[in-house]
Formats: sequence, structure tokens, C-alpha cells
Amino acid sequence: MNNEGVIGTQTDVGHVHAAHHDHDGDHHHHHETFISKYIFSMDHKMIAKQFLITGMVWAIIGGLMSVLFRMQLGYPGESFPILETLLGKWAKGGTITPEAYYALVTTHGTVLVFFVLTAGLSGTFANFLIPLQIGARDMASPFMNMLSYWFFFAAGVVMLSSIFVETGPFSGGWTAYPPLSALGSASPGSKTGMDLWLISMALFVVSSLLGGLNYIATILNMRTKGMSMTRLPLTIWALFFTAILGVLSFPVLLSGFILLIFDRNFGTSFYLSDIFIQGVGALPNEGGSAILYQHLFWFLGHPEVYIIILPAMGIVSEVMSTNARKPIFGYMAMLGSLFAIAVLAFVVWAHHMFVSGLNPFLGSFFVLLTLLIAVPSAIKVFNWLTTLWRGNLRFTAGMLYSIGFVSMFISGGLTGIFLGNSALDIHLHDTYFIIAHFHIVMGVAGIFGMYAGIYHWFPKMFGRYLNNTLSYIHFWVTLAGAYLIFWPMHYEGLAGMPRRYYDYSNWESFKQFVGLNQFITIVAIIVFATQLLFLFNFFYSMYKGRKVTSQNPWGSNTLEWTTPINPGHGNWVGEIPEVHRWAYDYGKDGHDYISQTTPVGADESRH
Amino acid sequence: MSLYFTIAAVILLFVIIFQIAKASEYVDILKGEERSRKHNNKINGFLMIVFLVLGLIGVYYCHEILKGRLLGESASVEGEKVDSMMNLTIIVTGIVFFITQILLFWFSYKYQEKENRKAFFFPHNNRLEVIWTVIPTIVLTVLVIIGLRNWFLFTGDAPQNAMVVEVTGKQFGWIYRYPGKDNEFGKKYFRNIDDATNWVGLVWADNAEMNQKADPAAKDDIVLQQTMYVVKNKPVKLVIGSRDVIHDVGLPHFRLKMDAVPGIPTSLWFTPKFTTAEMQKSSGNPNFEYEIACDQICGNNHFAMKGIIRVVTQEEFDVWLAQQKPLYLTAFPDNNPATVPGSPATNPAGAAPADSAKNATAVTMVSNERKN
Repeated sequence: MNNEGVIGTQTDVGHVHAAHHDHDGDHHHHHETFISKYIFSMDHKMIAKQFLITGMVWAIIGGLMSVLFRMQLGYPGESFPILETLLGKWAKGGTITPEAYYALVTTHGTVLVFFVLTAGLSGTFANFLIPLQIGARDMASPFMNMLSYWFFFAAGVVMLSSIFVETGPFSGGWTAYPPLSALGSASPGSKTGMDLWLISMALFVVSSLLGGLNYIATILNMRTKGMSMTRLPLTIWALFFTAILGVLSFPVLLSGFILLIFDRNFGTSFYLSDIFIQGVGALPNEGGSAILYQHLFWFLGHPEVYIIILPAMGIVSEVMSTNARKPIFGYMAMLGSLFAIAVLAFVVWAHHMFVSGLNPFLGSFFVLLTLLIAVPSAIKVFNWLTTLWRGNLRFTAGMLYSIGFVSMFISGGLTGIFLGNSALDIHLHDTYFIIAHFHIVMGVAGIFGMYAGIYHWFPKMFGRYLNNTLSYIHFWVTLAGAYLIFWPMHYEGLAGMPRRYYDYSNWESFKQFVGLNQFITIVAIIVFATQLLFLFNFFYSMYKGRKVTSQNPWGSNTLEWTTPINPGHGNWVGEIPEVHRWAYDYGKDGHDYISQTTPVGADESRH
Repeated sequence: MSLYFTIAAVILLFVIIFQIAKASEYVDILKGEERSRKHNNKINGFLMIVFLVLGLIGVYYCHEILKGRLLGESASVEGEKVDSMMNLTIIVTGIVFFITQILLFWFSYKYQEKENRKAFFFPHNNRLEVIWTVIPTIVLTVLVIIGLRNWFLFTGDAPQNAMVVEVTGKQFGWIYRYPGKDNEFGKKYFRNIDDATNWVGLVWADNAEMNQKADPAAKDDIVLQQTMYVVKNKPVKLVIGSRDVIHDVGLPHFRLKMDAVPGIPTSLWFTPKFTTAEMQKSSGNPNFEYEIACDQICGNNHFAMKGIIRVVTQEEFDVWLAQQKPLYLTAFPDNNPATVPGSPATNPAGAAPADSAKNATAVTMVSNERKN
């Protein structure tokens, strides 16, 4: 487990303790230019910050898109001149056109799922925490790590450019089901916009694979002395399973996309058969299956939701235990349930396809396996509750978001029991019920996990604290707002109100929800504004926040808090510490906490 | 103008919040980190219990407001099973929801940091963990068993006496086909589709190029758009397909739905319980219709892809059916001995009768497109 040779020489490392944001820092010893330090950096901590900030930019873009299409849903047909200023021909007369509405919905989904909750969440925390918490100087391959970020950046640039093409960005939903996504004649968004969407996603898959392989290699090979697998903090376990899920499922998605590219451009019929397009006529394609794409897509698509939620679970476990001053309850059960979720993630994908005409007998297996996931999920929830029980809770902003995460995960997880049962899904599928379900359990819970991580590790990232008051306001408004937005949507879903509708006013069955839709839109705007408050807090505190003065401000056991307050490239000055115990000895034998680097005493109690 | 005021007001609000936040940070530094943390902890601990109470009130209030806007009794026999299963699942998950959420926020409040409290070192307890592994497993098994029984009923064979209607989705509407007098659906092939005359591509004529022979059963098939008629208390089986992209036959009142996939027929059956007229009365909405909502995004007019199912009594249905004319005869009025050419009085759904010449050009047009 010797990884001294990874980053330059030991003497170099010793000199890197200037503040990260300090441009005039001490760098005459190791020839770091602005470009090598901030742009093409190979320091995992800097790459993590790059992922985080890029993810935040996309979160704002994606969030703003949801505000725009919520305006249409809340005030269908009403004119807002500002929309024409912002969107031009896509909002003629101040009303968003259906083309623009569907493009916004699609881009919102793609961006939030992939760029924010995948790259922004696991990209940030895998990069930041893996070397710091396992005791390594950097990733197994810092160069691949850098490439991973730049492929992600390129994916973002291509996605952004698709917004500006004449026929508009792709507008067939983030799942991009063919034939709609395959045929430019069926929808203008499926022309150039879809080509760019596919290129962007392919670049993203490359980024995610480069990152994932690196994370796995680092965790398996570069742990410091004494850091056995079962002494790893749960964050690392969660990120490890996340990386494995990504490496095994993203290639399948890419294969699905490649077949789609062939169908679009080279006249093959993998997904196309028996199609007559109005105004064009019958297409030559025969013998393909549109359902094949759905299988390939959801073979990634389902693990993808665990790629989002597992890192959040890991972060929450770590932050919650630290701030409850109490070990995480049932470490092995937490580990086992992460493993069970990761395995089951691969055998439940077709529950997204219950009403696609899937063989009902096959569907029944997917019902069984899907509901099985509720068991490890329940174990995790009860273990978090028991972690809080008889603790001594410190409500740091990270802790608040961890508690918020558990609340969201319960609410959204329980509705999964409805949707996983095919006989209920046959009514609820593609209604607002599913919108409520996945926004709560994946969107909001994932973002809450991310916030918990940002608030908890911000002092380690930037050597400064975020402003507490702003953090508390941010948390309480976001928690209440998230429930106000998504809770009533369950009712719309029970009434059968379909998702992805531009306007409900012509439907006898769904027009009773006009007032509710308006309410949801207003809350969404307030919650979005509150996120800007966080953004301000983030960048302001980066430069002007209260400075961190103690090495271990949260009294935490894990290794990252044994590094200098502003660790340089290489993380530890001198030798990497040796690990003697698991990460969760809080409140043991009357000690508030016992760092992983403390040797086990002779008179210490066993557990 | 009001927009700029709003923006100015929001910015002002931000500045005020920021100033308060900054001031409170200075106060914290003056008071000492330890004391201010304890102060903040108390506030947040209190807010935990406030959030719990307000949240529970909110859940109740939301239900009170919205329960009247739900669907009401299921309009199909099969949908009753969806409803009863839904109720059971709501009860089960509701119990878990209330217990866990109350514990979560109550623990957060109760175990907030206190001077004299020591956290309890409690790393694991096998018995507890076994309990909360086994109980969810048992409960879920029950839900799975009920669910699968219903699932196999919904997706199983339709009863023998079921009426069969073919439903085809297209951008952006629905086409319905009844088998006509011979009670047999004629063959169709998508290359025969012509938007003016032959919407689903029935095989009416020989075509050597496509290697197809005219199917006599296709000549009496009744093809309609907009509205479909079914009979109260008589099971109806929908054979579902699509002409272009994926659509979905969403039937909220009957509690069922099924995708319409090009090239792969799917099916769905149910037994309507109430006629449209009865629903108009019981729902108090004179405009009530059973609407087919497309539930799979299919393009920019997805939200307007509406179909109507009109449930009527057997007598009304028979009268209605007798008035319908096979699509073949609409397309080629000359072939109909009963109709005087040029009288479009009984054309269903406003499809313009096309003469053979126009039909021929349309076909050539289509084949030209293909060659391109």
C-alpha cells in the first residue's frame, strides 16, 4: 500500500500549504502555473471543485428551465413579456410555445440527472473524498481524472450549443425513446438538436467511465496502511458501488445510443418498423423493435438512479454519525444494504416498462425484484433513525440536510412501492405521481445529499466556513418548499393527470387542478430564488467567509481532517497516517471521538 | 414596469437577508463559537418539532382540499381492483410514513445537543436489525401477491364475449377500427396507409410489388377517428398499435393504460360499468367524457392527443353501429350499390370522400417518397 511515488517527491509536497484561492501562493518550488493549477489541474481536490462548480452552473441552468416551464403550467396561455425577451421566437408574444416547452422539459431532465446529480454529485465527492478518506496522495491516475472532467466539460458545451440550433434542442423527453427521437420528421427537436444531444451524452459516458475506473482502482489499491475495506467510511463504500454501477451500465447505454445513431443516419432499422409519418409517407424500415431501445436505456437508466442516490446515502451516513456524536448504527448492515441495492439495481430495469407491452409473466419477476429493493432501503432508514436515537445532535447545516435527506428518502421511497407494483403502475404510469415520486426520492434527496456534503466539507475544500444564518434559511425554505411542490403532485397523479403536457385546459378530466398548478409554480419560483441565496453564500464565503482555525472543526474521525487546513497537492505533509480503527468511534468509552489514526488502547472496550 | 419593481424588491430582500446573516456571524464571533453554536442548535432543534407539527397539519389540509378532485369510483370492473389495492397500499405505506417521519423529527428535537447528555455508544444490535428486515419483507410479500394476482387478471386473456376494437395512435389523434359485419378484422399493411382515404392501411387491392392480395375481410371494416363507442357491462378488448411513434392509451377513469408501439401490437381489456350519460349525472359535470389521454410523449402536440370513449347501452350501440359505413365504401363510393355517388351525408368523422384518381396520386406520391 505504498503510494508515496504517486505525486512528485516528498519534498515537493511539504511546501504546498498555501491557501488554494491564494493566487500569490508559494509556488516557486513546484512550477505550478495558473493553467496547471486551476484549469488542467491533476490534483483530485481541484478536479472535485471543478466538477462541483460546473455542476452548480448546470443546476442553475436546469433549475431555471423548470421555472420557465412551470410558468406555462401555472399560467397556461398567459403572456409574460420577459419570456419573449429571454427566449425570442420560442416564446412569441410572451407565451412559451409547445416546441420550447418540450425542449425545456427534456433539457431540464437530461441536465439534472446526468450533469448535476451524476457528475456534480459523485464527480465532486468521489474526487474529493476518495484520496482524502482512504489516505492516498491522489487518484490512481490523475491524468485520467483530469480527462474525466474535461470530457464532462465538453459534453456540457455540446449540450449548451444544442440550445441554439435553429430547429431547437431535443424535445422528446430525457429518455429519448425512438421512433420519436430517431425521426427528424416526427419532431423538429429530433433533427440537429438530437444529434448534439447524442454527442453530448456519448462524451458524458466517456467522462463517467474514465472517472469510475479511476475511483475503483484507487479504492482497491491505494488505501493507506491499516485501512482495510471494512474500516472504510461509508462514503467511500457508497462511492465504490456507485463507480461499479456506472462502469457496468454506462456502456450499455452507449450501445443503445450507437444503434440510435445508426438508425438516424445510416438507414438501419434497429428500432424502427411499420412507420408512416404524416406528410412524409411510409418509411422503408421494417423489422426493428422500439422496445429494444427501452431495454438498453433502462439497463443504465435504473442503475443510474442508484448512481445518484448511493453517494448521497454515503455522505448522509458519514455526516449524520459525525454530528450525532455517535457511531453509525449497523455499519455492516449499512454496507450489506448498499451491496444489495447495487446488485438489485441491475435486475429491476423493466419496471419502467410495465405498460410497454412487455410480456406480463416477465413483468411479474420485475415486480418481485423491484419490491425487494424496499427491504435494504428500509434497513437504511431504520439504521439512520437509530443513529439519531440517544445521540447528542449538532445541527450543522450538513446535519440538517442529512435529516432532510432521510425525510425525503422515506416519502419518495414509499411511493416506489406503489409504482413497483405493476397492477398499480398500470394506472399511475406516466402521471404526476411518478413525477412526485422520482423528484422526491432522486431529485430532492440527491440534492439534499449533495448539500449535506457541500456544507460538511466546504471548510476542507476552501479553508473557510459558509455563513450559518444563510445556510439555515436555505435549508428550511428548501425543505418546506420541496414538500409544498411535490406532495400535492401525488394527488394529480392519482387523478391520472399525465406528465409532459403543455396545457391541461382542454381536458375535462384534468382541468380541476389549475389553481394547484399555479400554487406549485409560485413555490417553485421561491425555492429557486432560495438556491441563488446558497449560490451567493458559496462564492462569497469562498473568498470572504470566516477562516477555519482548527484542523478538525467538526470533531470527526476520518482521515481528511488530519491533513493541513489547506492541504496542497499530495494532501499530507510528511507521511500518510496509519489507520488503526473504523471511522465511527464516537462517544466510545467516554471519549467524544477517536480519530482513525489513534492506535487501539489496551483497555479499550470491544464492540 | 412591475417586473422591474419585483426584481428590485427581490434584490433588496436578498441584501437584507445577507446583512442579517453577516451581522449574526459577527455576533457569533463576539459571543464565542461554542456559545453561538449552542444557541443555533436550540433554534434548529425547535424548528424540527415545528416542522413536524406543521407538516402533519399540512398533510391533512392538503388531503382535505384535494380529495374532492380525485377520480371517484372506478368506471370499470377491473379498476375496482386497482382502487382497493391502492387503498391497501396507502394504508400500509401511510403507517410507515407517519411512524418514521414522526420518529425522525422527534428524535432530532429530543436528542439535540445538551451540556449534560452523553451520546449512547450503540454501534449495532442484531435483533433489531433482523426485526426491521423481516417485517418489511413480510408486508411486501403480501403486497406483491395481491399485485401479481391483479396483474395477471389485467394482462390475461379477455373474456370470450368481449367486443374487440382496434386502436391505432398517430400524431396526434386516435383511429378506431371495428371488424364490421363479418366480425373479422381485415389485413392491413403500413405501406397502404393514405391519410386521405386509408388511415390504417387496409389491404383492399392486389399489389404485386408489395406481394399482397386484397383481403375481402378488410372491405367491411369500420374505421373511425375521434370517438369510439363501447357497451356498458360488456368487456371490451382493445388491440393497440401505432402508425408512427410510441403513444399510450391512457384511461384514467378505467384505471388502465397501455403503450401503442409501432410494429408491435399490444392489448388491454376492461368492462365499463357506467354509461357516459350516467357519469355525466353522477359527476355533476354535463360535459363529462371518458377521455383517452396519450401518456407517452409523442411530439409537440402530445398534450392535445385526445380520444373519446363513449360508453352506451347495447341498444344505443346497435343503433349507432347500423349507421356506420365501412371505410372502403367511403373511399370508393362507386363500389357501394346503396349509395348514390357524390352524397357524403353519412361519412364518419368528417373524412372527405376521395375519388379513385386522387387515391391513385396519393399512392404514387407515397411510393415516390420511399424511393427518395
